[in-house]
Amino acid sequence: MYRYDIHDQTLVDERVAQFRDQMERYRAGRLGEEEFRPLRLQNGLYIQRHAPMLRIAIPYGMLAGNQLRALAEITRRYDRGYGHFTTRQNLQLNWPALEDVPDILADLAKVQMHAIQTSGNCIRNTTSDQFAGIANDEVEDPRPWCELIRQWSTLHPEFAYLPRKFKIAVSGAAQDRAAIQVHDIGLRLWHNADGELRVKVLAGGGLGRTPMIADVVREDLPWQHLLTYLEACVRVYNQFGRRDNKFKARIKILVKALGIEEFRRRVDEEWAHLKDGPQTLNQAAVDAAKVHFPEPDRRPVADSANDDFDRLRTENRSFARFVTNNVTDHRVPGYKAVTLSLKRREHAPGDVTADQMEAVADLADRYSFGEVRVTHEQNLVLSDVPVDELEALWKELEALGMANPTVGTLNDIICCPGGDYCSLANAVSIPIAQALQERFEDLDFLYDLGPLDLNISGCMNACGHHHVGHIGILGVDKKGEEYYQISIGGNSTDDASLGKILGPSFFREDVPNVVEKVLEVYVSQRHEDERFLDTYRRIGLKPFKERVYA
Amino acid sequence: MPNKAMPNETPVEQVPVHVDHLIVNGELAAENAWCVSYDEETLPEQRPAFVPLALWQANQEDAELAPLLTSDTALNTELAAEVSKATAIAVDFPAFTDGRGYTIARLLRERYGYSGEVRAVGDVLVDQLEYMRRCGFTAMALRDDQHPEDALRALSFISVRYQPDVEERQALFERRLSADK
Repeated sequence: MYRYDIHDQTLVDERVAQFRDQMERYRAGRLGEEEFRPLRLQNGLYIQRHAPMLRIAIPYGMLAGNQLRALAEITRRYDRGYGHFTTRQNLQLNWPALEDVPDILADLAKVQMHAIQTSGNCIRNTTSDQFAGIANDEVEDPRPWCELIRQWSTLHPEFAYLPRKFKIAVSGAAQDRAAIQVHDIGLRLWHNADGELRVKVLAGGGLGRTPMIADVVREDLPWQHLLTYLEACVRVYNQFGRRDNKFKARIKILVKALGIEEFRRRVDEEWAHLKDGPQTLNQAAVDAAKVHFPEPDRRPVADSANDDFDRLRTENRSFARFVTNNVTDHRVPGYKAVTLSLKRREHAPGDVTADQMEAVADLADRYSFGEVRVTHEQNLVLSDVPVDELEALWKELEALGMANPTVGTLNDIICCPGGDYCSLANAVSIPIAQALQERFEDLDFLYDLGPLDLNISGCMNACGHHHVGHIGILGVDKKGEEYYQISIGGNSTDDASLGKILGPSFFREDVPNVVEKVLEVYVSQRHEDERFLDTYRRIGLKPFKERVYA
Repeated sequence: MPNKAMPNETPVEQVPVHVDHLIVNGELAAENAWCVSYDEETLPEQRPAFVPLALWQANQEDAELAPLLTSDTALNTELAAEVSKATAIAVDFPAFTDGRGYTIARLLRERYGYSGEVRAVGDVLVDQLEYMRRCGFTAMALRDDQHPEDALRALSFISVRYQPDVEERQALFERRLSADK
């Protein structure tokens, strides 16, 4: 876990004072609405449907127990006692009072947190793999690299007024769990044949109005040049990204318009001047970042504990279900990573109460070295649980309502706040998620369907990542009425793809029926052990279309 | 009510030509002699003046003229060498949300070694000044509705910089390492 030194702490403290001044000038009428807008956005503050919304940064999804407790306290003192974890691994508060925001930021700064650049046309919170540092398939721990990127991008003087928002994701594993192909810049850490660390740089991916899969700008960037190369990419974007039309201002449009070869040529031309400059990384700098992410002091777990664990799985069906779906193998024998489900019918996906936050912080202290990770699927992870404590942890999670054994299934829906909260939305999304969770709650059926990503967005900005859902649902507005467009075949991992729209959109109440028909086609057509996605790729859209619109 | 001044009313104070407040090297300048002209055809009568690039290029013998670069200026070695002859260069911010001027200033300073005044003009706001300074602007002509006292305060809020910039040549990670030695 990264810990602030005097520099980091000074920066967040000064940032609070700066924002307090900006807020006072705004309220005194010395700072206009338009002029205040980017300033508040770059401090996480939106003006939303019901109230302001504050988006708190959780860099690459890492939280310490004391930070989670502080967040709980903040939601109680300034909000309604709960928060919402987002697909960008941030936490959103939906009901803070505008005038309280400087105080909230001051409280966050006390626990080394902030809301810097969680919105606005700047480089946003860098996201990563929730299993960073513990995954079996990891080549390089992405967290120190994310931290170096966090520092490079924070209050970057040249890039605070980019054409549009800018999102970076980093993966260091064989399997991509950070959706790097659908980010403005995606980075993959890998080792070449000589065992040297290289960075694969992708650019121009993204969802929203014009969804695109990223192109590879550079396959094998030596790690020393990571920051200078990123600077070259963003500088080219700052200079040449379109500013005349906000719908065409993302880097993906630039990459597409220039073509990847020309984009690469411009980046390389820029980089030739920046290469070996003052931001060139050296081993000492990387080692200094790595010091913050040490191996936890894991106690040895006896081999017999694994035997006991296996026996328990066969004896206790509920526990077995939980383990199958919510427990992930660990690089270190005797340890597992546990995903805590934030998907319950009675709450919006990603919502968590203050009491739950505190309880999770306690569980993290007792079972997992005091750390929690936020996933882009809007769940939480305890990353280092000894197998002989899994059962005890599971029982506690059951009591908290966070042991829903459905991670990775249709029930584990990614969902934006939609029209219930968001002023951009065309339609509600949370009630759709709830209706689907109600329809598909039979565990045996869910497990039979296998891994299935169902993603819901309330508008084409695609915060719910509907384009990359195996099944994607998009709320659309037609003459003031809410409709839902359904797409299938999207995927955000290694073989990333964008979903194809099934056809005309549906009434809200029809959505569960339509999804059910889509699933029926899959179940009747699949080969043994074939994922939904693979069946779709094999048989195409037509059979689904025929069944749904029959 | 007709908008007509009463005969005995004191006359409205004459508004000077340059109403914008100029910050130079972190302080409020006593005066702002330079005029900014966006007219691409005709030279302004007033001197000294920043004028559009092509007009400046055509009138380089006039030492009281200096180039005004638009935010979409493609700065290359040839152009940089040419504008570097000027004692000052203005970079225009057509909208405060247009961040291209920051890149132009950094390129002028860091890549092309320009050492004269680089001035931000146009939609220049209080809360941009810190970034502008770090990118190499030594003079910022505030938009005329901006409060100069707010501007001076805004320049001193943030003391930490992670990135190297025109003023600070080392990244924070390097400075941390040197401090540890």
